[in-house]
Amino acid sequence: MNTEELMESLKKVVKPYVKSEEGFKNITASSDLINDLKINSANLIDVILDIENEFDIVIDNASMEKMLTVGSAIDIITTKLNEK
Amino acid sequence: MQEVNNRVVITGLGVVAPNGVGITDFTNAIKQGISGISYHKELETLGFSCCIGGIPLVPEALQLQYLSALQLKNFNSPGILYGCMAGMDAWKDAGLMINETADWDSGTVFGTGTTSVEKFRESVNKIDAGQVRTLGSNAVLQTMTSGVSAYLSGILGLGNLVTSNSSACCTGTESILMGYERIRSGNAKRMLVGACSDGGPYVWGGFDAMRVMSYKHNDNPEKASRPMSATANGFVPGSGAGALLLESLSSAVERGAKIYGEIAGGALNAGGQRGNGSMTAPNSEAVQRCISKAIENAGVDVNEIDLINGHLTATSKDAEEINNWATVLNRKGKNFPYVHSLKAMTGHCLAAAGAIESVAAVICLANDFIFPSINCEDIHPDIGAIIDAEKIPQRLLENNKLRLIAKASFGFGDINACLIFKKYNG
Repeated sequence: MNTEELMESLKKVVKPYVKSEEGFKNITASSDLINDLKINSANLIDVILDIENEFDIVIDNASMEKMLTVGSAIDIITTKLNEK
Repeated sequence: MQEVNNRVVITGLGVVAPNGVGITDFTNAIKQGISGISYHKELETLGFSCCIGGIPLVPEALQLQYLSALQLKNFNSPGILYGCMAGMDAWKDAGLMINETADWDSGTVFGTGTTSVEKFRESVNKIDAGQVRTLGSNAVLQTMTSGVSAYLSGILGLGNLVTSNSSACCTGTESILMGYERIRSGNAKRMLVGACSDGGPYVWGGFDAMRVMSYKHNDNPEKASRPMSATANGFVPGSGAGALLLESLSSAVERGAKIYGEIAGGALNAGGQRGNGSMTAPNSEAVQRCISKAIENAGVDVNEIDLINGHLTATSKDAEEINNWATVLNRKGKNFPYVHSLKAMTGHCLAAAGAIESVAAVICLANDFIFPSINCEDIHPDIGAIIDAEKIPQRLLENNKLRLIAKASFGFGDINACLIFKKYNG
């Protein structure tokens, strides 16, 4: 899966949680999940669980803490997919 | 704080009942004596003796008018859903807007009997399977007892007292009195009060095991809930939510809000599980004291009570309840007020019962009608010996001026709640 495909899959996962349509329209690797996409901080855990289901991976607590932007999410997903 | 003694009126109503969702449908249903009790295959499959119950019809499209798709994601708490629907309807019915900033003058006491058992079961199963990390963010929000009041506060922007009471089958009636006290004492202008209850096997199972539910009418569900009938054979379980928007009279008048009626007063007490009271049976002395205190607190003439909206669950305790009313009011035979039980149509909605039944009472009060008490064409002889049969309306009585309605609820733990609703005459 290349980065573009990953981005499309990730967008599908985060969409239900996004509260800023503007932020979602202009989504880039540097988009901050909380500040730009306005995802409720409590919902971050649900986003991560949905990512796990979507990509069939397990994201450990340490990786979870780093997952603050779209780019960091893609990096972590890529790492976990490569470990499979 | 000094005693303020504000008058408290009802300016909004909302209901999610087995026989009608929303005030319009519910009003039509109670006028026509429509039962909301149906057969549930799932209960039979699980080996229940009582395979019938009342569950409100709330399709997904309707749910989405109240909660967002995100709120409904991984949502498994029908009680909270019913409570939000009824509460939001009552708020809107009162002509109030969703607050952009916290409304410091508005709060809620919205009760429930159990936490959301379906969500709890889902969570327990995951935890037992070693999957605690997959519970997601909302297992706590949906299983905390105060979940329903927390959801409502967030949706409406309530900035006063936000809490959930729990007192078995008194919960709904108690919430109304708690909100009433809050406004009366000047600590809030508006209180959204009511209660909700989940339905289904995990809530109803314990009652089935106690053999207190009807099991003789599985093939005839609409005839099963028979309060005050000689053939009453246990209660039929229900679920749902009822909500009332209580407001200080001055706030209601200032807003130009429509006023359904006034809360004249009420009382709460317990029998201490002494005398003939126990964990599951009411102490008659306490019931009588509660009704008596409510009347005293309301400062009304017992002869102006035109209607009793009873607790009347369709068990052997119905005759005892009628006797308690007759004793306190000192009114018997043809002199007894009209009396009816909504449970004949909705089943016993447990924690939500008092709230849904109070909504029905306020609708009657505002519109001067008395809904029929269905399924008691064969009045229990012990009740017939105390009051005249015509006092239990078998069909709708319209254009029947109502001055005062007394509403009572009694619950496990030997607890009692009684409210006096009064026609608002300016």
